[in-house]
Amino acid sequence: MKAHVYKRKHINTDEIIPARYLTMDKEAELAKYAMEDIDTEFVNKVEAGDVIIAGENFGCGSSREHAVWALRGAGVKAVIADSFARIFYRNCINNGFLAIECQGVSELIESGSEVKIDLKNGLLSDLKSRKEYHFAPLPDFAQEMLDAGGLLNLITKK
Amino acid sequence: MGQTITEKILAKHSGRDSVKPGELVNAKLDLIMCHDVTTTPAIDMLKEHGITKVFDPEKIVIMPDHFVPNKDIKSAEMVRKIRLWAKEVGIEKFYELGNHGVCHALLPEQGHVKPSMTIVGADSHTCTHGALGAFSTGIGSTDLAASLATGELWFKVPPTILFNISGKLKDGVYAKDIILEIIRRIGVDGARYKAMEFKGEVIDALSIEARMTITNMAIEAGAKSGIIAADEKTLAYLKDRSEGDFEILQSDEDAVYEQQIDIDISDLEPMVAFPHLPDNGKAVSDIKEKIIIDQAYIGSCTNGRIEDLRVAAEYFKGQKVAKGTRCIVIPATTDIWKQANKEGLLDIFMEAGATVSSPTCGACLGGHMGVIAGGEKCISTTNRNFVGRMGSPDSEVYLASPATVAASAVNGYISDPRKAVGE
Repeated sequence: MKAHVYKRKHINTDEIIPARYLTMDKEAELAKYAMEDIDTEFVNKVEAGDVIIAGENFGCGSSREHAVWALRGAGVKAVIADSFARIFYRNCINNGFLAIECQGVSELIESGSEVKIDLKNGLLSDLKSRKEYHFAPLPDFAQEMLDAGGLLNLITKK
Repeated sequence: MGQTITEKILAKHSGRDSVKPGELVNAKLDLIMCHDVTTTPAIDMLKEHGITKVFDPEKIVIMPDHFVPNKDIKSAEMVRKIRLWAKEVGIEKFYELGNHGVCHALLPEQGHVKPSMTIVGADSHTCTHGALGAFSTGIGSTDLAASLATGELWFKVPPTILFNISGKLKDGVYAKDIILEIIRRIGVDGARYKAMEFKGEVIDALSIEARMTITNMAIEAGAKSGIIAADEKTLAYLKDRSEGDFEILQSDEDAVYEQQIDIDISDLEPMVAFPHLPDNGKAVSDIKEKIIIDQAYIGSCTNGRIEDLRVAAEYFKGQKVAKGTRCIVIPATTDIWKQANKEGLLDIFMEAGATVSSPTCGACLGGHMGVIAGGEKCISTTNRNFVGRMGSPDSEVYLASPATVAASAVNGYISDPRKAVGE
């Protein structure tokens, strides 16, 4: 999985998926516009299974879950950020989409590096620099939701 | 050990005597607010999971507002889907065009919000309703679907930051300036995951509408919720709008706050948040350059209420919107529109060369009814000035109070509302 690094703080959901696309709500449609207001080239660069690495407070602003869907639709496997805004983080967990908080990560990994995520041990490996970084494992309830494939699957199961 | 209002509300709704910050609770919900953009996907999710009922139609309110009156076929299809689904599941509180409005102005105006409630809305500015002493927070579509199905939702109990606001507001300085100053001080993630509780003589003196301007922007500091304890003013506000009992909760004397921030606003000036973050505030007298504006926007869940329109109208009396500047005024709800019309405010705006339209979130999020082009600058009474927020990613949004926006509209550049405007 290749890392696309955006060091800036406070990348907001208006940038991840601008409101002009909010009459769509299917992942495949939204995917075409993912990150458009921050990087118009993103959708051409990203490949299935890649990850986004970002600075603090990623996903702040609007509660639009379309931000998560746009990223997942574009093939993004996980977002790893210094920190997350709360509604975006919730939306990730509720969708069974991987959001990993790893303080300082945006300064440690270079764009284009191949990375590996070991969820069980809370380890992020940079295959280029051969360095490893620790992150706190997901909370139990988040792991449970991830395993179930999201909040609604969990509710229907119960 | 004492508790904050937020902790008391969450404890009560999760069948506990007390809760502590960091604990996970499953809280029963008293009110769920839905709008057009985020509800359509929630309906699909419910259907995909075979969920054909909602937990209690009486506790669900639907307020299409973002792209209404519908801007294109897709947005019309979205509201149609919600309309049909509401019928299927028996939700009657549907605010159709003609009774519509920006959800966070409409929900309390129509008496749905009461103190000590737990409220969720699939919109980030749902924190507004804490102005009436409720726990109210924004959620996404999956949370909305789960809430609609079960009437419950998981929350991590947030730590609370107490903002004690003292002093006396100077003329020309408003609630919007207070919240822009607070966000300037703590930053757009200064209250991330936390509850912001506001109190003090300044808050006591503010009207309920002005308090809503403050709690509305709690999310712009990253907060989960903003809250102001209910008082006599709250009761007076609720008297003619709301039925049924409610409890009024106060934070205990020995409540544990993560932090207390004391702010004396006696010297506060009108504030303008520069592009592209709400924490990029400057006092108006510190703006040395002349910032020519293409558009001035007065409206939204932050500042589209009747008191805001009254303040703005004062600047347009006998004046004209500057040549080269467009000014859009959007009363936030149908009742506000009617009241502004009755008071002659709409005539004042139109005579000055502004335009007045139907209630909608529209231009605030670059949706419709006032989208701005690349290279343009807009001064706005709204709550976000992110890149591309009101249109082109190459445009700029400046946030300010209705007074500052109106003064700027008349002058054609960002102006101090305390100085004379026009010719």
